[in-house]
Amino acid sequence: MSGHDHDHDGPNRRKVLECMTWAGTGVLWTITGGVPRSLGIIDSAMAADAPGMTFLQISDSHVGFDKPANPNALGTLEEAVNRINAMPAKPSFMIHTGDITHLSKAAEFDNAERIISQTKLDVHYVPGEHDFIDEEVKLYRERYGRGTKGHGWYSFDAGGVHFVGLVNVVDLKAGGLGNLGAEQLAWLEDDLRGKSKSTPVVLFAHIPLWTVYPQWGWGTEDGGRALELVKGFGSVTVLNGHIHQVMQKVEGNVTFHTARSTAFPQPAPGSAPSPGPMKVEDAKLRSMLGVASVNFKQNEQRLAIIDTPLQG
Amino acid sequence: MKTLNRRDFGVAVVAAILLPVTTARAEGDMEVHIDNFVFEPAELKIKVGTTVTWTNRDDIPHTIVSAGKFRSKTLDTDDKFSFTFTNAGDYKYFCSLHPHMTGMIKVE
Repeated sequence: MSGHDHDHDGPNRRKVLECMTWAGTGVLWTITGGVPRSLGIIDSAMAADAPGMTFLQISDSHVGFDKPANPNALGTLEEAVNRINAMPAKPSFMIHTGDITHLSKAAEFDNAERIISQTKLDVHYVPGEHDFIDEEVKLYRERYGRGTKGHGWYSFDAGGVHFVGLVNVVDLKAGGLGNLGAEQLAWLEDDLRGKSKSTPVVLFAHIPLWTVYPQWGWGTEDGGRALELVKGFGSVTVLNGHIHQVMQKVEGNVTFHTARSTAFPQPAPGSAPSPGPMKVEDAKLRSMLGVASVNFKQNEQRLAIIDTPLQG
Repeated sequence: MKTLNRRDFGVAVVAAILLPVTTARAEGDMEVHIDNFVFEPAELKIKVGTTVTWTNRDDIPHTIVSAGKFRSKTLDTDDKFSFTFTNAGDYKYFCSLHPHMTGMIKVE
């Protein structure tokens, strides 16, 4: 990130982003009494020492992408998988926050599966808009839709945490942002009913559920409705992809976090004419791609999130 | 500058259509480009019978969707989509993958 044009942004944009944290290297976050505190740069070995449940997030692998920003997106996905396999302690499972493929081609889904399955981890997927563009819109659902509701939403419990995978890339309205829709929100309300408010909740979806930058469509029209539904819970973590860069924000009991892509970086909000793939020097690319590791310790309110780039 | 040129071209096209020449329709074809997640020109005024061709020049796929009127397949880089407007009216359209991208074709 360091080479990026932040210096040209001036104070206005800095003010807009004041509650967001940009992480260029692996940073372990811990939050005590509602105040986020960075423990500094760490490596994956330290993360492995942390007791409790650890799971991984990967995102935006865009298998099939071959443009100048990264001519070999499958290769960098494989590098991410190799890093995961080299972790000293095996994570409990992995979530993938969408855009598995670039064009929803069968071969792209096959290649993604071939590489990701090498982690030998259970992977919980949600779709990105790039996973629903095959003619019949069936390839994602055939592979990952089993046991899900609607366009592919579902929930599960692991390590005392309630996980909810949401779909906000369907039925988008002209001029609007990501969309959950009334049916999904009704399901979410029902899904959370009866859960103890002390249960930590993780919501994950492709497009950020919070409004990052509406000019580029980086937000979810009715994301606020979903956040209303988790308001009473003591610990809520929202994990998203789509914007191909790390952003983090804490609001009350809710921690928002977006993961890097394993394929190509995208520019910081407003820093380029469009949110399209950002071409960086070859030597810098891998410092802008990566995976995230999330650690949950019993009796601690917050989940610690560590973003690890593929390199640097 | 680009837009001005295109507008000049449009005037020529209107003149051509008024002439009783059967090839006038093909000459009237208009183009919209997608660059940097923007339809250019964002608004196009055309005569009934004109064919508009969209070209995606981004590294990211886009679609052209006008609710109930027309819907392209997903256009990868340099892919094109054409639609011939046979009825007058205002056709709002957008990219169903990036809905902040919107455009308008006014057919008279």
